[in-house]
Amino acid sequence: MKQISVFLENRPGSLYEVLYKLKEEGVNLRALSLADTAEFGVLRFIAENPEEIVENLKKQNFAATLTEVLAVGIEDRPGGLAEVVGILTHQNISIEYLYAFVSPQGERAYVVLRVEKLAEAEKILRENHIPILDKLTI
Amino acid sequence: MRTTPLWDEYYELLPREELEKIQLSRLKKVLIRAYHNLPYYRNKLEERKINPYDINSLSCLSHLPFTTKEDLRQAYPFGAIAEPLRNVVRIHSSSGTTGTATVVGYTKKDIESWAELAARALSSYGIDEEDIIQVSFGYGLFTGGLGIHYGAEKLGATVVPASAGNTLRQIQIMKDLQITVLACTPSYALYLAEVARENNINWKESSLRIGVFGAEPWSEEMREDIEKKLPIRAFDIYGLSEVIGPGVAFECEAQDGLHISEDRFLPEIIDPRTERALPPGEEGELVFTTLTKEGTPVIRYRTGDISSLNYEPCSCGRTLVRMKRVFSRTDDMLIIRGVNVYPSQIESVILSFEGVEPYYQIVLTRENFLDQIEVQVEVAPQFFSDQVKVLEGLRKQIEEKLKTELNLSCEVKLLEPKSITRSEGKSKRIIDLRKKEEIS
Repeated sequence: MKQISVFLENRPGSLYEVLYKLKEEGVNLRALSLADTAEFGVLRFIAENPEEIVENLKKQNFAATLTEVLAVGIEDRPGGLAEVVGILTHQNISIEYLYAFVSPQGERAYVVLRVEKLAEAEKILRENHIPILDKLTI
Repeated sequence: MRTTPLWDEYYELLPREELEKIQLSRLKKVLIRAYHNLPYYRNKLEERKINPYDINSLSCLSHLPFTTKEDLRQAYPFGAIAEPLRNVVRIHSSSGTTGTATVVGYTKKDIESWAELAARALSSYGIDEEDIIQVSFGYGLFTGGLGIHYGAEKLGATVVPASAGNTLRQIQIMKDLQITVLACTPSYALYLAEVARENNINWKESSLRIGVFGAEPWSEEMREDIEKKLPIRAFDIYGLSEVIGPGVAFECEAQDGLHISEDRFLPEIIDPRTERALPPGEEGELVFTTLTKEGTPVIRYRTGDISSLNYEPCSCGRTLVRMKRVFSRTDDMLIIRGVNVYPSQIESVILSFEGVEPYYQIVLTRENFLDQIEVQVEVAPQFFSDQVKVLEGLRKQIEEKLKTELNLSCEVKLLEPKSITRSEGKSKRIIDLRKKEEIS
């Protein structure tokens, strides 16, 4: 699955400018996270038609990029996330970052994972019967 | 009225007529030396078909070609040195780096006369062999530290070579060693006063009485501020490494301009655009010809400093011309914490990184009396990464390279693409938010 990342300057209004642009273009955010440092931020999110969104953002002078990530369904119970992370850890696959969101209807929670060895991670998770989503239509 | 002794009575009180005779004889000599020993200057003379042996009056000076900082850069490393290296005992270099440094060489005699000139300046402030002087200018390639150091020793004062930095320790030394004179950049003096205040230092117990400040432009308001916060009388000293270092010009008790040691340096004021010499009193670019320097003589060196010359008699009795204190420059050179910085140096660092666009903005502020510099650059869209560590790494790398190249800690801020205005004049790239009265 493709995730969109946008660079945010460290100043008031920079997040709003991106979100306003997305609203104007009718983009519905499925999942998102905001990473921040003292100096700048990175907005990461999942939405439909990511290629098109990135193109449009670039045209509007935002620094935006697509990254391949894994969206993984986990059981909504204590230890659900630990199980998935455990599988990857045993295979020596490091996680760059992850963010989670819970579906209001389902019994599953979801995590978006950014890993170094994506193909290998996907394979090992499938072997362990962990559901991997192609798109987030919750 | 003068209450302090003259260090060099002969030259400091020399009638102008006598002075001009000496200047002319020295000018002839230095020109002939430059012709024979400085290829870059010989070329300039030959291009203009000037025979150095034809110079027979000081008014000929205005026909001679200029020397620019660029000439000295191109002569790097030793092309501006007119003596065999075996006669050179010291090298100083201006803060420019990345192959754009200027190198000046000093012979034994140069070091000796520089010490004389610095002693002349210190003496005019009322400093003598009873004084204990703390030199908090940086020691090293920069001429500030060693220049004052040798002058103070020449004078017979006790020198404490504290160099720059470690402010609390500086204050401790000042108290413990009963320092009477502080020599540093004016902004550092204010910073030191601030740190002392925060640490409840009582200056009543201190012996401090005189401040020797230079290496950056400072105003009358800043002088008042320093004198309010420290128990000193603050004096200005002027100099630049290309000419010799601190001691080219100095204030007297009258503090109405700085006396130029004209027996050693021939000053002119020119219009920086037409390059024509301007009459006394008019403001323009300060130009110096060194009259006795052996290692790196310069002829009509364009300092980039804006000043004017005042030949009226001074109440101190010195006959040496006075230059107005320097507040501004003809080029875009910035003076940050006493370090000379050209925006082009910052530009070349930025251009060496693929991850950022070749646009930048420099924001200068002053916090706790210390200059802060923020360099803003745009993230290149194709470099942008979703990983914070990649961006943070880029930022750190740029900061480190700026630190190495400029010898100055800068803060780098990453901006969104296209956020810096394009196609505007160079000056727009610099936003100077330092208090106006403190810098101009």
